Amino acid sequence: MTQLILGKKKKSILYLILIFGLGLTLFPFLWMISTSFKPENAIFIKTLNLLPDNFTLEHYFKLFNEINFGKHFINSLMVSLGITIFGLVINSMAAYAFAKINFPRKNRLFILLLITMMVPMQTTMIPSFYILKQLGLLNTFSGLIIPAGASVYGIFLIRQFMLSIPNSLIEAARIDGCSEWYIFWKIVIPLSRPVLATMTIFTFLSAWNEFLFPLIILREEAKYTLPLALATLNGQFNTDWGLLMAGSVVIIIPVIIVFLLVQKHYIKGLTAGSVKG
Amino acid sequence: MAQVQLNAVCKSYVLKTPIISDANITINDGEFMVLVGPSGSGKSTILRMIAGLETITSGEILIDGKIVTRLHPKDRDIAMVFQDYALYPHMSVYDNMAFSLKSKKYSKAIVKKRVLEAAEILDLTQLLTRKPKSLSGGQRQRVAVGRAIVRQPKVFLFDEPLSNLDAKLRTQMRLELKRLHSYLKATIIYVTHDQTEAMTLGNKITVLDHGIVQQIDTPLNIYNNPANKFVASFLGSPPINFFDSTIVFKNNNLYISNNTWEMVVPEKFKSIFSNLSSPIKIIVGVRPEDIFEFDDSSETQSDIHFNATVDVVETLGAEVVCSLQSEAGPIQMRISDKKHVMSYSGKVNKTKKLTFDMEQMLMFDPHTGNNLLLKPSS
Repeated sequence: MTQLILGKKKKSILYLILIFGLGLTLFPFLWMISTSFKPENAIFIKTLNLLPDNFTLEHYFKLFNEINFGKHFINSLMVSLGITIFGLVINSMAAYAFAKINFPRKNRLFILLLITMMVPMQTTMIPSFYILKQLGLLNTFSGLIIPAGASVYGIFLIRQFMLSIPNSLIEAARIDGCSEWYIFWKIVIPLSRPVLATMTIFTFLSAWNEFLFPLIILREEAKYTLPLALATLNGQFNTDWGLLMAGSVVIIIPVIIVFLLVQKHYIKGLTAGSVKG
Repeated sequence: MAQVQLNAVCKSYVLKTPIISDANITINDGEFMVLVGPSGSGKSTILRMIAGLETITSGEILIDGKIVTRLHPKDRDIAMVFQDYALYPHMSVYDNMAFSLKSKKYSKAIVKKRVLEAAEILDLTQLLTRKPKSLSGGQRQRVAVGRAIVRQPKVFLFDEPLSNLDAKLRTQMRLELKRLHSYLKATIIYVTHDQTEAMTLGNKITVLDHGIVQQIDTPLNIYNNPANKFVASFLGSPPINFFDSTIVFKNNNLYISNNTWEMVVPEKFKSIFSNLSSPIKIIVGVRPEDIFEFDDSSETQSDIHFNATVDVVETLGAEVVCSLQSEAGPIQMRISDKKHVMSYSGKVNKTKKLTFDMEQMLMFDPHTGNNLLLKPSS
């Protein structure tokens, strides 16, 4: 690694800019957290006050007691974990086939798959809705999990990583008498851990934040995921800002936890393949 | 252990451009067969076809008398050692060696026994808990061999296994492989582009060029009686010297002549030209070790000598490789006599009077490249 060597003056300027950027990014979050702990009447006072004078948990109590946010939290968790696990299994298997198994028209099929990335999600929404309706999956979690499982982006990302696994490893295993399935589980998956961690974060985050698709599929309020439940807090005539902020805080907590858990692999995954190690 | 047979095996990716054409090779039980050739000669392809990693276009492959052409690699009962070792990086040495047995659901006791045995043979016992990345190149190579041994396969396949090692380690591993072969008495097929490896390791050598089998024989026979010009030049270092020459009939005798020398055709070649009507062109091949300095005083000298100027002298310690320029073309000679080694060092641009051993001389057809003394194999 080359080290960036800077003079003291330049270094201070650099840090100032970085601190400014950090403040700019962090401030809305701090304000959100602060607001969620402020009593109703303190939210709209004109002085900027990040540390509330009267600290209160009333919004959180209301969130979990009256609006049943706990239930939505569990809904979201089930859907997001479902999509993540299902997606990882499906996408890694497809990626393995595209990366390491020879079959006719493989590359054409792969290009066709990539082309579908250009189709915006909104255009497939109505057909998806009809298909799910025919399958009787409307208003179910399966209706959210199954369509989100196979992702072209996921297949592409994992395939690129798997291409870097030497062919001779897989050939050696084939000669060693392993079935493709055994090779996949015992060799390819353990070696693909960095990219699978990256995929876990990507998939979990997008599933966790997904709003539009659940809005179409889920009818019953009891089945709402967090983003839907949060949207209901935003009234047409008045909005309970304290409650909304408390809901937002609850939503971002799992995101932060997941990121902290796999960030080491995540960063590795993003730089993987850039330099042959 | 088993015999491996390739019958009229052909391989082509695109029609009309064969990668391998009509390969007929038999590797006997317990034989160490080396496939050698320059890069692109198809030697690795043949190995991969035997392993089942490549399909064949036509012909058939038999292992132990059974046609395996359409069988999956895992059903052929072979083990392969790859050039890049192909060790599973996330597994310990023990697990690497045990992997194939585990995948075949052998009992734990058998797996352990076989792995420990192989580790003992290859001196890997101390390293069983290590991961491949903490091993040196030579150790990795031994693990790769160990992984093949525990399988107790019918045939071992080696795909340029020593080419990633440094020169010293390569010599050492060569010895170990040879020792291993006499210990296991296994059928081994070994691919290399290194002619030293081919000569030292093989019971038999198959020389390939452009997907065509040039010659199959023991190392010494191939060296002394190469089937054609290609085989002659591929094996031997420094390479054999070629001189364009003409056979003429005059004074009731046959002569080999070129612009530098003229001499009577040695007895063993005479039958080839028995009904010579007009002069024909040939190529004379002389190995570098068969060229030496002409000694006026000696009585047993041949009737041929010519002048050459020393161009480059490569001193290797025990011997000297000397490149010279003569009117017949560039010449390489090898001098391993200690006295002469000294006399050649640093004698650039000196003119030497040279001669060569006519009994060891080879003759090739300039058009087909075939060795005139050997009948073409077809």
